[in-house]
Amino acid sequence: MIYFSNIKISSILLVIFIALMFAIPNFFSKDQLNSFPSFIPKQQVNLGLDLQGGSHLLLEVDTVEIIKERLENLNSDVRRVLKKNNIQYSNFKNTDDNLKFVVEEFPTEIQKEISELSISNSQNILQMGDQTNLVILREENEVSISFTDEFVKLAVSNAVAQSLEIVRRRIDELGTREPSIQRQGSSRIIIQLPGIDDPDRIKALLGQTAKLTFQLVDTSTNYDPLNPKKAPVGSEILPSDADDSFKYIVKKRVMVGGENLVDAQPGFDPQTNEPIVSFRFDRLGASKFGRVTQQNVGKPFAIILDDTVISAPVIREAILGGSGQISGGFDSDEANDLAILLRAGALPAPLIILEERSVGPDLGADSIEAGQYAAIIGFVAVILFMMFVYRYFGFLADIALIINLFMVLGILSLFQATLTLPGIAGIILTIGMAVDANVLIFERVKEEIRSGSKMINAVENGYKRALSTILDANITTLIAAIILFFMASGPVRGFSITLAIGIFTSVFTAFTFTRLLISIYAKSLKPSLVGMKIND
Amino acid sequence: MIDIANTKIDFLKSRIITFIFSSILVVLSFGAFFVSGLNFGIDFKGGTLIEIETENEIEIAGLRDNLNSLSLGDVQVQEFGSKNNLLIRVEQQSGGDQIQQNVVEIVKTSLNSYLSSEVNFRRTEVVGPKVSGELIQSGAIAILAAVFAMLVYIWFRFEWQFSLGAVVALIHDVILTIGVFSITQLEFNLPIIAAILTIVGYSMNDTVVVYDRVRENLRKHRSKNIIDLLNLSINETLSRTIVTSVTTLLALLSLFIFGGEVIKGFTFAMIWGVVVGTYSSIFVAAPLLNYLDVKREWNTTSAVDSTR
Repeated sequence: MIYFSNIKISSILLVIFIALMFAIPNFFSKDQLNSFPSFIPKQQVNLGLDLQGGSHLLLEVDTVEIIKERLENLNSDVRRVLKKNNIQYSNFKNTDDNLKFVVEEFPTEIQKEISELSISNSQNILQMGDQTNLVILREENEVSISFTDEFVKLAVSNAVAQSLEIVRRRIDELGTREPSIQRQGSSRIIIQLPGIDDPDRIKALLGQTAKLTFQLVDTSTNYDPLNPKKAPVGSEILPSDADDSFKYIVKKRVMVGGENLVDAQPGFDPQTNEPIVSFRFDRLGASKFGRVTQQNVGKPFAIILDDTVISAPVIREAILGGSGQISGGFDSDEANDLAILLRAGALPAPLIILEERSVGPDLGADSIEAGQYAAIIGFVAVILFMMFVYRYFGFLADIALIINLFMVLGILSLFQATLTLPGIAGIILTIGMAVDANVLIFERVKEEIRSGSKMINAVENGYKRALSTILDANITTLIAAIILFFMASGPVRGFSITLAIGIFTSVFTAFTFTRLLISIYAKSLKPSLVGMKIND
Repeated sequence: MIDIANTKIDFLKSRIITFIFSSILVVLSFGAFFVSGLNFGIDFKGGTLIEIETENEIEIAGLRDNLNSLSLGDVQVQEFGSKNNLLIRVEQQSGGDQIQQNVVEIVKTSLNSYLSSEVNFRRTEVVGPKVSGELIQSGAIAILAAVFAMLVYIWFRFEWQFSLGAVVALIHDVILTIGVFSITQLEFNLPIIAAILTIVGYSMNDTVVVYDRVRENLRKHRSKNIIDLLNLSINETLSRTIVTSVTTLLALLSLFIFGGEVIKGFTFAMIWGVVVGTYSSIFVAAPLLNYLDVKREWNTTSAVDSTR
């Protein structure tokens, strides 16, 4: 006998009921939902960026740059040590991951002094204890100095964490709706921006490291376009933001940096009505700024952003209040963005955009519409076909299919999984494949009837015999879905999710719901009702 | 009313013919793959893809010439679903990831000035060389991993002869799918990998159902000739195979016709895969068991007993 205890029946119905409750909100608008009683869930399926419109950006922190910059800092320290100890060196050069030079002799004391140098060079953020973070190798006369793997890992990891924070601040400043900013792997950042289909402004904001420095202009010489390569020792040549043909020679020493800023706001110069950014320093920054401006009245002071001179106004008087303003011939949007960048802080290394995928809102809406349309037509076709082949059993399988779809929707809503366009395809595929479990059972039942079993025994044996086949068959598809889930990201991952959910719900409904329905009617069923010829 | 019960088709009679047929298809697929290769989309090749919509019809040739004069390398322009929708593909620029970003801006500026009517940018995708390299690698690994996982699973649930037969059929399906994409030169992108993985799952599903029955019959009819036994098993599961394939195809066809342009390639791959997968379960996987010397003495109380 196919016997269902009352507890079993109630729990099957309860599971289905709960799934239905969670599916229901998807058929109503947000406003309608708010007028519903509180016991009805209000969560709708979470739509992927390809359906609601939005932008996906994959960024990578330029880790080579981080190490390169640290090596450059190390460069001058090592030279100083060598000079101090009267060591003759030649061919001193920086590569991407080490320093190299040639020496005649290289005593161990010097080697030790350089190793110790690295501890103070860790720049406080990196707590490495007393251990040196340098690897010093000597091969014949060539010495190469590089950072230890641990140090590199730590430096990169810190830079990525810091970048993540700054990216978050910059995007938050723009007031984007529910952005998602996540770290991926060791050096990548994924940004999801719902509702933004043209991320140009965000890309521009993220494309700048926004390193702000104030440096004195070197007035001892003028930039000579005919002999452009030479800058006096301790100075550098930097391009001008406003005029491509003009270059500044500025002293390398950074007098005050952006890290001392506490605020930056866009505004307008009251006299010229030109857009400006006004800023305020913290106490340390204010005192440094005050001292420099006091000592250099009458000299030009360069405001430098990412190695480009924005402007170099002449200091008219000492600025002791700790605040000032930047005007550089920009428009109000640029002033606004610059203020955002300065408030959010500088990135420790440049960000590289590896991938961008943006979908406009109407393509998303079109996709949803097309998907719904395809789902309904596919659904009706399958339902009619099943009734045609299996008659009464087919009708039961169709009811199970409807419940199945509600369950997929309910589970998606409950777990707030993301529904994407391939995800919709997964649901439609489920419509086609979900009947398989029932088909396997029905075919078994028919075989049993043919071999002379009574209807009720045929149903019971049919279920028993089909069980392992159904499990084997569905596990193979599930394995494929799981592999896809781990390999894919974004929209395609949505497909693996709906496919996997569909497998679970179809096996579940075949073994509980359809079985329950069939068991109720099994006694009264005749072979003709299950799609068999009577004279078979 | 359809009732495909009690068919007695001799599927194995023509096994040599179907093996040759399959071999020819496999060789053709390899040939096409090595001669013309796959038409990789930007997911795997890198580059930029922009889908636009305009109010008026656009003369494609003129637009193509205009975009090709931007010195961005090869720019392809094609109609996408309707006359007002165009797909623009720009090949990957040399010079690393950062350079790719400029393409979108250049193309957008050029489009806005070239086309008099308002342009609606429906979709923009930029994939740099780093990511495309990784995607192609992870796609290949995923397919191999899936096939290997199936091999292990069937080995575990059946025995090695079944596992080998199933995997040969599976590889047959994957090769034929890649082959059809080489021959038609339809765009091969990330969703196609997803489709192939699903085909692997589906084809296996179909094969398992037939194999399950073979195993059961091996127990039931210990003295039956293996060819008759395989034929019996295929015939017994035939109506299920047909019904499930039809419902799956009905759903997929609906998706292909009404589901929009974006997932057409994906749906095409799936439809092809279901047809090929069903064919291979009957004409490749099952007949192969004839040559693999399957075990006849199944222990009826073992863990793999399906009638437990």
